[in-house]
Amino acid sequence: MSLKAKIDDVFNEPGCDKNQGKDAKARKKGCSKPLTPGAAAGGCAFDGAKIVLQPITDVAHLIHAPLACEGNSWDNRGAASSGSSLWRTSFTTDLTELDIVMGQGERKLFRAIREISENYAPPAIFVYSTCVTALIGDDIEAVCRRAAEKFGLPVVPVNAPGFVGSKNLGNKLAGEALLDHVIGTEEPDDVTPYDVNILGEFNLSGEFWMVKPLLEKLGMRIRACIPGDARYHDVATAHRAKATMMVCSTALINLARKMEERFGIPYFEGSFYGISDTSEALRELARLLVQQGAPPELLERTESLIEEEEATAWAALEGFRPRLEGKRVLLNTGGVKSWSVVHALQEIGIEIVGTSVKKSTPEDKERIKQILKDENHMFDSMAPRDLYAMLAEHKADIMLSGGRTQFIALKAKMPWLDINQERHHPYAGYNGMVELVRQIDIAIHNPVWETVRQACPWDKDGRLLEAEPVRSFATHGATVAAPVHAFRKFASTTADDMGEC
Amino acid sequence: MARVQHQTKQVAINPLKSSQPLGAAFAYLGVDGAMPLFHGSQGCTSFALVLFVRHFKETIPLQTTAMDEVATILGGADHLEEAILNLKNRTKPSLIGICTTALVETRGEDFAGDVARIKARRAEELAGTEVVLSNTPDFDGAIEEGWAKAVTSMIDGVTIPGERARDPKRVAILPGWHLTVADIEHIRETVESFGLTPVILPDVSGALDGTVPDRWIPTTYGGTKVGDIRDLGTCFQAIAIGEHMRGPAEALQARTGVPYALFQQLSGMKAIDRFITMLAMISGNPVPARVRRRRAQLQDALLDGHFHFGGKRIAVAAEPDHLYQLSTFFTGLGAEITAAVTTTGTSRILSKVQSEVVQVGDLADLEAMAQAAEVDLIVTHSHGRQAAERLGVPLMRVGFPIFDRLGSQHRLTVLYEGARDLIFEAANIFQANQHQPTPEGLNPFRNRETDNDSCPTSFTRH
Repeated sequence: MSLKAKIDDVFNEPGCDKNQGKDAKARKKGCSKPLTPGAAAGGCAFDGAKIVLQPITDVAHLIHAPLACEGNSWDNRGAASSGSSLWRTSFTTDLTELDIVMGQGERKLFRAIREISENYAPPAIFVYSTCVTALIGDDIEAVCRRAAEKFGLPVVPVNAPGFVGSKNLGNKLAGEALLDHVIGTEEPDDVTPYDVNILGEFNLSGEFWMVKPLLEKLGMRIRACIPGDARYHDVATAHRAKATMMVCSTALINLARKMEERFGIPYFEGSFYGISDTSEALRELARLLVQQGAPPELLERTESLIEEEEATAWAALEGFRPRLEGKRVLLNTGGVKSWSVVHALQEIGIEIVGTSVKKSTPEDKERIKQILKDENHMFDSMAPRDLYAMLAEHKADIMLSGGRTQFIALKAKMPWLDINQERHHPYAGYNGMVELVRQIDIAIHNPVWETVRQACPWDKDGRLLEAEPVRSFATHGATVAAPVHAFRKFASTTADDMGEC
Repeated sequence: MARVQHQTKQVAINPLKSSQPLGAAFAYLGVDGAMPLFHGSQGCTSFALVLFVRHFKETIPLQTTAMDEVATILGGADHLEEAILNLKNRTKPSLIGICTTALVETRGEDFAGDVARIKARRAEELAGTEVVLSNTPDFDGAIEEGWAKAVTSMIDGVTIPGERARDPKRVAILPGWHLTVADIEHIRETVESFGLTPVILPDVSGALDGTVPDRWIPTTYGGTKVGDIRDLGTCFQAIAIGEHMRGPAEALQARTGVPYALFQQLSGMKAIDRFITMLAMISGNPVPARVRRRRAQLQDALLDGHFHFGGKRIAVAAEPDHLYQLSTFFTGLGAEITAAVTTTGTSRILSKVQSEVVQVGDLADLEAMAQAAEVDLIVTHSHGRQAAERLGVPLMRVGFPIFDRLGSQHRLTVLYEGARDLIFEAANIFQANQHQPTPEGLNPFRNRETDNDSCPTSFTRH
């Protein structure tokens, strides 16, 4: 299928509520909004594809591009691996002007694949096309096919050059690459009725490891977690799972839906963020497994585990109430990804004073209206200037957001907590929710906020503002020897005298 | 006299380079009220932006012309114009610095013509904003080249041409990209201590030094004033730091007649002495007591530090001028550069690097060379951490990007004080990683046994 047809296909996603809400004409236009030159933000389709696939840990990821696409972006994600670290090794063809002018891109790519397969012997190589190599017409699919034959390992083309669209489109094109070239290419010999797939879980800061033991305690087996801490062979055999959970909104919805179509694996959308969502996810996984033929007693075991874990988590959260009750949180993410996080925060007395609804559906917006006391606090996306103003005026006690707006909060001297992909703390599962609240507590109560907000004793020209400093020296029992003009200044507080100093 | 060895691998593994447009944007970030603009797809900007933010821990103004598929095929002039006007309206910058990327350069358009037409057609709307262009495709060069091109583009595009009345107290400083915020601040203070007025282009110390302004500013805040770039011709003398700043210095000389002196590095005693002597000559003032004191401190640091450097084997990977600076620093204290890797092979400074071979390559080359040479220290940016971990060799982080340590912009690396601090930093790493003596390690027969193992001479072993 051509790239154009592929893009049309992923834009027409029957599994996506938002897409189904559109009429035929709007659907045909696709989901990509045209960008405004000089006022655009966010990554490209290549970025999105790489984000989805790169955490597959034992694969060599080869970027066919001039330097910037990989050179400026490698080793920058916080996904964790329990095995191979090959995914953190960066491979790029680093095309030079000569390569491009002489049309040597394909040859260089082929040789690069050979060098990697000889020196690293990975179970597979993923090859990513980019703007320049798409523009000069390098046929990466043909090169990959030939290389796979020649070197005897799977070589997977990922056709998502940056200029075709946004990061989200790239996520979906990556899912297509897995469907076309990886999933179902190997048969496992160890299938159980308890095999599940988790899609769209990135294992950031290792947070999936906070959830995995819960699943394992219930006897569930992770066939494949894509992409977090995945191995190539896990992904290749993912078609033999009995149920799929799709995490992280709609990034991989096409993958989930098509796996249902092709392999009869039912899926649901769930989240491991927040207490009730985690419980709901466990419940739904158990239900689907039983529906697929697992013994029904799984449901009971699931309920008793949920009851136990929820009680422990709520007890832990309750301990934070005295410190956090009445604190105001500003949520500035693409859209609230988990209602149960909001719910848990509110449960211990935290107030939500604003949230962005950029990526929210109409139903989501309705729910937000009910949660926020004032619907004016719902915003589509805020210009940095406005966000800064809101924070600088102390209309919140902390902002939770992604790295993009980190420094807006910090420059406004406002506590900030990373809840996006670069974060350093794991927030998944029951323990993760407690960790999130603990981090909010730590951030808000850091003494540094008082220190940085302390008014500077002098003005922008370095002139002392008032007699206060001298008085404070005096109260501390110190004597200050100041020259005559300073005494004159502090003897009087009129503006004229201040001006003379 | 180093021999430059070019890359023979087809695949770059763990790149050492950051891209050329990133280098150009970096230079524009050193201008007050500036807004760098990448002419390419949104990802080009996003990647560079994230890397800058990870390094500086600051908001970085950087925008994109957001080239999409259609614009890539039909031509990007409209996108360029729209971006410039949008930036002008929204952020009111004093300067828009355009950096082209591989995407638009592969397509190949007359960017200079486009920019000239946009400036002419929109002269009224763009009043008060300089628009300059640097051609910086990613498939060529690295930070050094991009930085130098951007500085040249500002001189060519903004500085008033022709001979002007020159102020004997004004000195233009053209620093290379590898000088930190602290370096720039220190150079400024040193020049000022001679009663001279430095005009520094680019001046990253104003914008990227990590301060907290009292309002939201969408462009850079601080750095070289556009007015000062215009009046560079009134400087008495220009001082360029780093071989890659020769181009910009020559451009300034050609445009205004201001002569330049080039310092290839400012971390070695001899070069620093020459720099200070030059300031004394220009100003006609004696060397201030503070500077003299610093020189004595460096002498003492050399004496105290040399024990830790003598005989050490060092692997360095850095852009050409930075590599040269670091190699002279380490060899000047008795260490040996046993692995040297650089980003691009065209700089003439490479032949002066204090090592036998300079490999144009990546961090995988560095890792292999460091392993073969059994080095005691790896010196490169943060991406060297994986190699250092694997080899069990300490890493000294230098250059860009440094994303896993704080305060890299406030490390001093030039003049007496910077050289002194560098000595302490490296010596402390050596001391923290000293190997404890063991009976096995000191056994006089240990090497002979290994020899026997590798080529058995006695059949009784089989």
